[in-house]
Amino acid sequence: MCKSTTDAQQPILKMRGICKAYPGVQALGGVDLDLSSGEILGLVGENGAGKSTLMKVLSGATYPDAGQIFLHQRPCELESPRRARDSGIAIIHQEMSLIPTLRVWENMFLASRGWVRRAEEVEETRKLVGLLGVDIDPHKLCRDLSVAEQQVVEIAAALQIDAQVLILDEPTTALSAREAERLQKLLGKLKQDGMAIIYISHRLEEILEWTDRVQVLRDGCTEDMFHTSQIERADLIRSMVGEDLVGEFPPRSRSKEQVLLSVSGLGRGNDVRSVCFDVKAGEIVGITGLVGSGRSELLRLLCGADVATEGTMMIDGTALRPRSPREALEQGVCMLPEDRKADGLFLERSVRENFAVPNLHRFSRFGLIREAAESAAFRRYASQMKLASDRVESRAVTLSGGNQQKLLFARWLCRECQVILLDEPTRGIDVAARYEIYQLVRMLTDEGKAVVMVSSDLSEVMGMANRILVMRHGTIAAEFENQSSLSQRQIMDVAFGNESS
Amino acid sequence: MNRVGQAVKKFLIEYSMLLVLLGLCLFFSIATLDTQIPTGSRGAEQLLPRMREITHSGGTILVVAKSSPEDREFTSFIKEESGFSDAQVLFLDGDSPRVVRAELERRASDGSVASAIVGTRSVSHWSLLLDRGEKYPPWADVPLIFPRKATSSNFLTPGNLKNVAGQSAVIAIIAIGMTLVIITGGIDLSVGSLVALSAVTAAMAMRDFFGGTDADWSGICAAVGVAVCLAALVGTLSGAMITWFGMPPFIVTLATMSIARGLAQILAEGQSVYQVPESFSWLAVGKPLGVPNEVVVMLVLYGAAHLMMTKTTLGRWFYAVGSNREAARLSGVPVALVLMIAYVASGALAGVGGVLEASRLKSGSPLYGVMLELDVITAVVVGGTSLAGGEGKIFGTLCGALAIAVIRNGMNLMNIESYTQGVVMGALILLAVFVDSLKKGQFVALVRRISARP
Ligand SMILES: Nc1ncnc2c1ncn2[C@@H]1O[C@H](COP(=O)(O)OP(=O)(O)OP(=O)(O)O)[C@@H](O)[C@H]1O
Ligand SMILES: [Mg+2]
Repeated sequence: MCKSTTDAQQPILKMRGICKAYPGVQALGGVDLDLSSGEILGLVGENGAGKSTLMKVLSGATYPDAGQIFLHQRPCELESPRRARDSGIAIIHQEMSLIPTLRVWENMFLASRGWVRRAEEVEETRKLVGLLGVDIDPHKLCRDLSVAEQQVVEIAAALQIDAQVLILDEPTTALSAREAERLQKLLGKLKQDGMAIIYISHRLEEILEWTDRVQVLRDGCTEDMFHTSQIERADLIRSMVGEDLVGEFPPRSRSKEQVLLSVSGLGRGNDVRSVCFDVKAGEIVGITGLVGSGRSELLRLLCGADVATEGTMMIDGTALRPRSPREALEQGVCMLPEDRKADGLFLERSVRENFAVPNLHRFSRFGLIREAAESAAFRRYASQMKLASDRVESRAVTLSGGNQQKLLFARWLCRECQVILLDEPTRGIDVAARYEIYQLVRMLTDEGKAVVMVSSDLSEVMGMANRILVMRHGTIAAEFENQSSLSQRQIMDVAFGNESS
Repeated sequence: MNRVGQAVKKFLIEYSMLLVLLGLCLFFSIATLDTQIPTGSRGAEQLLPRMREITHSGGTILVVAKSSPEDREFTSFIKEESGFSDAQVLFLDGDSPRVVRAELERRASDGSVASAIVGTRSVSHWSLLLDRGEKYPPWADVPLIFPRKATSSNFLTPGNLKNVAGQSAVIAIIAIGMTLVIITGGIDLSVGSLVALSAVTAAMAMRDFFGGTDADWSGICAAVGVAVCLAALVGTLSGAMITWFGMPPFIVTLATMSIARGLAQILAEGQSVYQVPESFSWLAVGKPLGVPNEVVVMLVLYGAAHLMMTKTTLGRWFYAVGSNREAARLSGVPVALVLMIAYVASGALAGVGGVLEASRLKSGSPLYGVMLELDVITAVVVGGTSLAGGEGKIFGTLCGALAIAVIRNGMNLMNIESYTQGVVMGALILLAVFVDSLKKGQFVALVRRISARP
C-alpha cells in the first residue's frame, strides 16, 4: 500500500554513534539512524532494546553520553525538549505525558507562548482530535480520560506542532482497530506532505503495513535494516529475537463446566449498564470494543476499584459485592490494570518491593517479613516471566515499558487468584514476551482459573479467547463462541454498531 | 576491586547523611579547639585519675573550691563520678579562705594532715595554699594539685556530646512520626502545638488530680498517659478528616495546629503550670543507664521504627501508599488504615515529646514548641525523605535531627549569634537537598548539558 520513497534524496535527520549508559545497563551502544522527509521508518526491537531511549535522545528528554545529531546536514545540540520542539521534532512518548489536572485543550497548547486564545484553541483541539475519529470533549480533565483517549490526545497534541519530524513511540497500544486505521490514514497523509516519521510498535502488522523502512535494534545496537516491501513477518521476528518463534498462540484448552465467575445485571451510571456473563473454570473470555465502550470500566467494577451501583456477581458460588479492591482480592479476584504507571507501579520503589506489595501476607509471619521467602518467590516468578533478576534492587521507573508489564504480571501470578482480570495484558510487550505471556495465561487456565481479558488487539482476542464479548456504549452488544468460522469483520461490525446494515 | 568500589559507592549514597553528620562533628571539634586551664567538670575530669591513685594507696584528699557555679560543678562532678568515701575526701567547697585556714590549722595541730590538696583554678593563687609550709609546717610537703593547661575541643567532650543528644531528643522523637506522615505523602503541622497541649495536660493532670507536688509514680504515669492519649486523639482527628473526607493534610493540620495551641492556652489559662513533683523530672533527665532517659527513649523508639519500616508489612504499606496511592489501593493495601496510623503515631509521638519537654523544664506551658514543626520537618527533609512521598529512611531522620542539634550546639560553643545561626540552618537545608539531587544524578546531567553547550 505504501510506496517506497526515493532514497536518493538527502536525509533530513542523521544520528551518528549515539551512546547512552544507565547505571548497570548500556541502553544504547553507538546507534546510527537516517531519516528522509516523506518517509515512515519503523523502529522495532525487544523490550529494553533501547528504542525509547534513542527517541528520548532525539527529542531532548535525555542527553546522550556520546554521538551527534544532524538536522538538515547541520550538527545540532538538542539539550532540552523545548529546543527539540523548536527544531521541528514532535514526539508522542510511550508513557503518558499529559498533565492530569489540566483540561484537554490546555494540555494541547501547553507549549504555546503569549496570551491564551481560548476559543480558538478549543476549536483547534476539537478539530485535531476529530481527525482520529474520536469524540472527546476538549473541556474534560485529562485525568478523567481512559488510556486510549489519552493516547488520542497525545497524538493530536503532537500534530498541532508544525513539525518536520514526528516520533510516535507505541501510540496504538490501547487503541482499537478503528482508531488505529484512522491513525494509519493520517500518517499516510502527513507523509505525502513531506513529514518524516519514526514509528515504534510491537504490533508487527502495523510495522509491515505502514512503514517504508524498518530498523531493528537489539541490546542497544542496530541489528538490521530492511526495506519493508522486501521482508516477511518471520524475518522481522528472527531479527528481533534472534530465533524463530514456534507459533503465535498456544493451543486452546477445553474449559470445565464449573462456573467460577458469574455476573448479572452489573452496572454503574452510564459507563456500564446491566452486564451479564459467566466465566467457567479454565476459560478465557475476551472482551473487546471501541475506545470508550466501557471495557475497562467493567473490569474496574469486577475488581472492586469502583463500586457497582446495581447487579450482583458470584465467585465460585458465593455472592460478592466488592466495595474495595482489598475485598475482591480476598475473594480471589485480581486485575492487571490498563495504565501501569498510574494504577500499577510504585515507580520510585525497587522492583522487589513492587513485586511484593500485594503478596506480603505470603512472606510474613505476624507482620514481620521473611526476606528469604520474599527473594525466593521473586526469583521464581521473575524467571518464569524471563525478567532479569539482576535488577531486583533498581527502581521500577528504570525498567523498559515491556519489562514493567512483566513485573506486574509476576506480581499477580504470585497472588494466585481464582479469577484473573487482564486489561490489555500485552500492552507494550514484544513478540517473544507476548508469546510467553500467552503461554502463562494458558497455564493459568489449565490450572482451572478463570480469565477475563480485555484487549484492543483483535487477533489476540481471537487467538486466545474461548468466547468473545463485544461491548458498545457500556453494554454487551454481542457474544461469540470463538470458532474458526468467526471473522474479524463480524466482531468489528458489532463494535461499530452497524450489524444490521 | 570493582565490586568493592561499587559497594563503597552504594554505601556512600545510602548513608550520605551520616557522612555529612560526621563531617559536621569533625568540623566543630576542630573549630572549638581551645588551650586553657579547664574549669568546672572538665577540670575535675582532668584531676580524677591522680586523685584515684592517691586514694588507692590509702591517702586522703582535701578538696578546696569556691562557691561560683563553675566550682560547684567541679565538686559535684567529683562527688558523683568518683565514689570516694567521706573518710577519703574532705570537701571544703563554697567556703572562704578563713574556713580553709581553720581546717589546715586544726589538722596541723592534731597531726591528721591529708596526703594531697586538690583545688580549682580559682583557688590556685591563694597565698594561704601556696605558702602553706611557712605557717603550718606539717603541710609543707603535701602536694598541691590544680588543673593544668590543656588543649581540648569544647565540642568533643562526653558531657557536651550528651548535651547534644539531649537537645536533639525531643525533635528527633517527633520527627519519627513526621517521617511516617511525609512518606505517605502528607505533612503534619500540628506537632509543635501538640507538644504544648501534652505538656500542659500532663502538668495539669498532676496538679489537679494526682496531688500536685506530692504526686507519686502511679499519678505521674497516669498523667503522662492522659497527655499522650490526648495528643494521639488530636492526631486521629486530623487523620480522620484527611482519609475520610479527602481534605488536604496541609490545611487540616494547619487547623489542628491552631486548635491544639488554643486548647493548651484555655486549659492552662495562659499560665505555666509548675505544681509537679520533683521526681517528674527523672523521666527526661534521670540517668539510670548513664545517659539521660530522653536519649534512651529516643534510641528505643528509633530502633522500633527502623524495624517497622524495613522489616514489616506495615512499613512496606507506608512506602506503597506514598509512592502511588491508587496502585496501593488496587493492590489491596488498606490505604485509609495506613494513613490513619501515620497521623495517630505522629500525634502520639508529639505527645511523648511534650511530656519530656515538661519533665525537663519541670513545668507545662502553652508556649512550648512554637515553630517546632519547622525544625522537625527540617530534620526529616535533611535526613533525605522526599516531601513528595514514597521515599525516606528512619535512620536518615535520626541523622538529620542530630545534624541540626550539632550545628546549634557547635555554633553556640563558637559564640555565633542567633541571626547567623538562622542563615546556617537555611544553608544546611539547601545542602541536604543538593546532596539528594546529586544522588539522583540530576546535577551531573545538568553539568553535562551546560558544558555541552556550543
Ligand atoms: N531512567 C532510566 N534509568 C536506568 N535505566 C534505564 C532508564 N530508562 C531506561 N533504562 C534502561 O535502558 C534500557 C533501554 O530501555 P528503553 O526504554 O529504551 O527500551 P525500549 O526499547 O523502549 O523497550 P520497550 O519496548 O519495553 O518500551 C533498558 O534496559 C532500561 O531498563
Ligand atoms: Mg519503549
